[in-house]
Amino acid sequence: MALMARFGTEAKPISGGQSLTPMMNMRIARPAHLVDLNDLLELDFIRVADGVVEIGAMTRHARVASAPEVVRELPLLAEAANTIGHYAIRQRGTLGGSLVHADPAAQLPLIAVTLGAEIVLKSVRGLRIVAAQDFFLSIMTVDIAEDEILTSVRFPAMGRSTGWAFDLVSRRRGDFAMASVALALDMDDAGRVSSLRFGIGGVSPVPARLEVVEQAAFGHQLQAGMIAALAAQASAEIDPEDTPQLPATYLRELVDLLSRRSLKKATETLGETV
Amino acid sequence: MSGTKQIFLTVNGETHEVSVPPRKLLVDVLRDDLHLTGTHTGCEHGVCGACTILVDGQPARACLSYAVQMEGHELRTIEAMAADGELKPLQRALHEEHGLQCGFCTAGIVMTFEAYLRDNPEPTEDEVRDVLSGNLCRCTGYQNIVSAVLKAASEMREEAQV
Repeated sequence: MALMARFGTEAKPISGGQSLTPMMNMRIARPAHLVDLNDLLELDFIRVADGVVEIGAMTRHARVASAPEVVRELPLLAEAANTIGHYAIRQRGTLGGSLVHADPAAQLPLIAVTLGAEIVLKSVRGLRIVAAQDFFLSIMTVDIAEDEILTSVRFPAMGRSTGWAFDLVSRRRGDFAMASVALALDMDDAGRVSSLRFGIGGVSPVPARLEVVEQAAFGHQLQAGMIAALAAQASAEIDPEDTPQLPATYLRELVDLLSRRSLKKATETLGETV
Repeated sequence: MSGTKQIFLTVNGETHEVSVPPRKLLVDVLRDDLHLTGTHTGCEHGVCGACTILVDGQPARACLSYAVQMEGHELRTIEAMAADGELKPLQRALHEEHGLQCGFCTAGIVMTFEAYLRDNPEPTEDEVRDVLSGNLCRCTGYQNIVSAVLKAASEMREEAQV
């Protein structure tokens, strides 16, 4: 903390280095000072208390993906973490690092926004807590002061009966997603949607919840017709950049496909007890 | 960032004292300062997997760490494999299954699966392919590497039972 306060904008904290070091190797990033967080073992933890799963910033993706507490309380997070990069990358990359890096296509910012996580930031000035949906400001830009370090993330535990799905499309295995979808779904006893959290990543500067789709689903049963209608709505709701490499029409089709697949999977995982 | 820093690196059970610039990548220190050239430098941004080594037993890209970060950690490189002159099961299987041609990617693959097979002794073919997706090979087309890993896993299970 003292180092961050002393060097300010000149310094970058480095955790797993799976994003920052490539950027430095390519000379895209040239920080004057690096503050290494890797030996801060106190930031590598998973605590479950009062319906909240708090995960330390230095917790590696491999641990997030396989820790029994995460698999039980946040299966959506565990599954998404297991798709980050490759096996060796997941042994080094960290939860906090991925969130502050804030690649628009990254898995963990999407899950944090979808589940309404809280981001815990620390500096010599004290503690600050920011809601995930306010934390991500733009492409690779987050609400963090130059002397602050992200120390942990608080996820509300998913209900045991909550259905969920995570899916993405990338060009090659381990590449960043062109589009990704994360869902958490609850239904009432009559099989009608009582809550849907519908997060979408990769197609906008920051991951976002599609509130229009969430509201449209409320109170409805999710048969094939309804799923197709919601997926079409999701695909119409996004406003992706149109580039020769990734035409907007193609991204809309991807979102339609991912939404249909994910809504179906979420209904299938409903009420599954782990 | 100027000057050098005196550090101690523990590689394959031996501790070396080296004087390195803080921005020198671990892979460059291994190769240039410690002359352990079995670890290869490929893409230098974590994609190709050629520089994969073990840090405290877990696979890591040596091109994505700075050597000065590695004080107090146990590093293992390809030189530690077959150090006693006998090939490890995966090295043997790669030879028998023709799982390499030029060999540039092989060290990274051996180190990746050294950790993976220790933690997952009974992988499915799909799981092997998923892990192997982090190591690029431009010669083999991967099929023979997959066969070699599966063969090594089965041999290691048999050895463990004896």
